[in-house]
Amino acid sequence: MDVLQLLVSGLANGCVYGLIALGFVLIYKATEAVNFAQGDFMMLGAFVTLGLTNAEYMHLPFWVAAPLAIAIMAILGYLLDLFVLRHLFGQSQTAVVILTIALGFVIRFIAGAIWGHEPQTLESPLALGDLQMGGVVLGMADVAVIIVTVLLTIFLYQFFQRTKLGLAMQAASQNQMAAYYMGIPVKRVQGMIWGLAGAVAAVAGILFASKGAIDPNAGLLGIKAFAAAVIGGFGSLPGALAGGLIVGIIEPFAARYLEAGYSQIAPYVLLLAVLIFRPHGLFSQVRIKKV
Amino acid sequence: MRIHFKTSYEHDIRLFPDRWTFSVYAALLALAFGLPWLIDEFYLGEVTNVLIWAIAGLGLMLLTGQTGQASLGHAAFLAVGCYANTILIELGLPFIVAFPLAGVLTGVIGTLIAIPVLRLHGIYLAIATIALSILADDIIVLLEPWTGGVSGKFPDMITIFGFEIERWSMPARFYYLVLVVTIICTLFYRNLLRSPLGRAFAAVRDSEVSATAMGVHIARTKGMAFGLSCMITGWAGALMGYYAGTFNNETFSLVISITLLMMIVIGGLGSIHGAFFGAVVVAFLPQALSIGKDMIGGGGVAIPGLETGVFGLILILFILFEPMGIYGRWLKIRTWFELFPFARKDMFKRQKSYLKTERLR
Repeated sequence: MDVLQLLVSGLANGCVYGLIALGFVLIYKATEAVNFAQGDFMMLGAFVTLGLTNAEYMHLPFWVAAPLAIAIMAILGYLLDLFVLRHLFGQSQTAVVILTIALGFVIRFIAGAIWGHEPQTLESPLALGDLQMGGVVLGMADVAVIIVTVLLTIFLYQFFQRTKLGLAMQAASQNQMAAYYMGIPVKRVQGMIWGLAGAVAAVAGILFASKGAIDPNAGLLGIKAFAAAVIGGFGSLPGALAGGLIVGIIEPFAARYLEAGYSQIAPYVLLLAVLIFRPHGLFSQVRIKKV
Repeated sequence: MRIHFKTSYEHDIRLFPDRWTFSVYAALLALAFGLPWLIDEFYLGEVTNVLIWAIAGLGLMLLTGQTGQASLGHAAFLAVGCYANTILIELGLPFIVAFPLAGVLTGVIGTLIAIPVLRLHGIYLAIATIALSILADDIIVLLEPWTGGVSGKFPDMITIFGFEIERWSMPARFYYLVLVVTIICTLFYRNLLRSPLGRAFAAVRDSEVSATAMGVHIARTKGMAFGLSCMITGWAGALMGYYAGTFNNETFSLVISITLLMMIVIGGLGSIHGAFFGAVVVAFLPQALSIGKDMIGGGGVAIPGLETGVFGLILILFILFEPMGIYGRWLKIRTWFELFPFARKDMFKRQKSYLKTERLR
């Protein structure tokens, strides 16, 4: 029972990591840039929702506020690409890495200035009650996290396989020049991917904030999501989720069965091991680009 | 305007391009040595801080600016240098032996770490080094018998042949120590760039494929870059330990790594001046902010996160509008004066290039 309990709570945590990692991978696949501020996007999404729902701020109903927050974050992501990242086109990756790290600092500062640095809880209907199943206690929020993640994954998969825009995004990510010749507005598509990543970050933020308190430093969770993305393979969407689950599951088990000092380094040791032995991740399709 | 006709290879690799430049740097050096008589102890301490950051910046610049490997884990190497120095002195070695040895040790550790990491480039390297930086914190706690763990350590007074140096009671002596190390590191760096190895670094940075074609051993060059970079960083770490007076596992955090990288970008990637300009910005930004707050009237109110927020904003503006950093801006201003009526706005315009995909490699 103990193992099952650890497994389930690890899964719920892992889903949040996986969702943040999904944001990294979306952007990496399309633009070859890594958004080091994705964790801070997640935090900002949570705080926007919190600002819209909580009684001391706007006090909108949760089911109105959540889609609104997702939309706001999507627009923010698009604008960010439009005004900032597009100008970096052709510059080295180091420039993008540093820029997004700096962006994370700025977002953290802005969120702290607006909502304060104290941990706050989101007044969300997901946060109520526990679920008891044969000795395993499961918070409703955890169940919601798992369900939403599964739904979102299916949605994204369908989106990329079936819709015109999704296919355009795939094309743009595989070969920008060829996609451009085929009449795909590559720049606008890239902006939309940033928007999509913003929306995914908002979903992750809402879920994370329903599970517990959130403060402006929660964005540092992004580093664990990195580990997840790398373990799964930076170029693969299912890999990101799987990596998130692996990191999420390793954490509680390491905390339970390892000595105190060794438990928190477990995800990073795994990360380094994966980087050294399979630099492209566990689930990557290592193959030469065809186009 | 001075025109340098480079008629031989010797001309090209001269330490100073002409007498005028040499005399400028000589004057700067004389000013640096006379500084303790010119300013009071508080500002001397600040200048010492700038120099220490500049050494650390030189260390990272060698890796990121010259070889093109972005590392977000250099705080870990600062820590290695700092702890190695303190532990070696506790083992009974004199400072004059322990200090260089600490740097060399950091370099060796850096090279060992680099061997597996060398297969990674770009983003993967950045992420692996982030992991290093986070791991360093926990490893210091785990190695408590040597490192003192959470309660930390404090370095003993520096003694060189019976001559005592201490940061608080004798700031001028400590300043001179740091200054000498800075000069050694700067000369080392400058001379390295004039050597075949330094040219190999630049070749690897600009294109690995063409560097291989020119006969540069990529992995060995990167390993050397990592090792030498870590060596300088280790010295900076040891000095930082003395400057702080006490340190523990949280002293060299991920934030320090990020600050270091941002510092050399603000200063100007790939130039020695850049490391110094960046260090000035990093060291004086807190003061500038508090003065700015006084002027606005927000006086005593502490705004948490303001420093990093403003720092991030400055950085974003620099990357967007002046990718070459403060040094690039300085070059532009100087060129404008040198060419006076003929300077044109687009002289430094960056050429557009297409996205170089990482996945093709």
